[in-house]
Amino acid sequence: MMRRRFLVLGGAGLIVPLAPCVARATPAQVAALIAELVGDAPLQDARVKLDLPVMVENGNSVGMTVSVAASVGAVRSIDVFAEGNPLPHVLSLRFGPCAGAPRFATRIRLATSQTVIAVAKLADGSCWRDSVDLLVTLAACIDN
Amino acid sequence: MVRVLINVPKQVKRGEPFDVKLLISHPMESGQRRDAMGQAIPRDIINRFVCSFNGEEVLRAELFPAIAANPFLSFVVAVQESGTLTMTFTDDHDTLQTETASIIAA
Repeated sequence: MMRRRFLVLGGAGLIVPLAPCVARATPAQVAALIAELVGDAPLQDARVKLDLPVMVENGNSVGMTVSVAASVGAVRSIDVFAEGNPLPHVLSLRFGPCAGAPRFATRIRLATSQTVIAVAKLADGSCWRDSVDLLVTLAACIDN
Repeated sequence: MVRVLINVPKQVKRGEPFDVKLLISHPMESGQRRDAMGQAIPRDIINRFVCSFNGEEVLRAELFPAIAANPFLSFVVAVQESGTLTMTFTDDHDTLQTETASIIAA
């Protein structure tokens, strides 16, 4: 009995410090952002490759690589969105004539376990996407 | 001025893609956090990064608070001639910082 009460209290204590972090984007918001970006073009699941670990120990710094299977001149833009972050937009890229390949790597913050989506817009008007479902053990916004 | 580490090969082959890596020492304060007094810490991030080679653009990136502190950026460049790689980034105070690296194409 005592142990159960202790567990309940402990659980309540754990939730309190998380409370200021509840402001998060929703998948619907991200879908709206992507729709705005893509317009009328159909969004197809290929050609873009979003490289992220499926299990993330620390959401403060997660290595991410996004690339497109196309020549540099054919890529108009690449955008990355994180559905569970307070601000869903992560990155927006445009390549110039001197780029060697449509590839970019950086480290990002992830507030919670979520789906990260990359959308590439090609010069011919077609749009492509890739997404990664990942699990974050330590969220990016708890430390202060 | 913030500290920047740039990793580029000194000598490259014409037209052959090579990696450029940057590590910028910047807190990338997201504007989502609060200090010990409960006051919101104002946003302070690098929001724009532009890389060009001899005046021709290589890459233009818009960065958002989801980029981790001390941003690491890596991308691919291919050049046809020797020249200078210019990397410019702007922060939320509109401070512009430019870093250069010379590249010899053989």
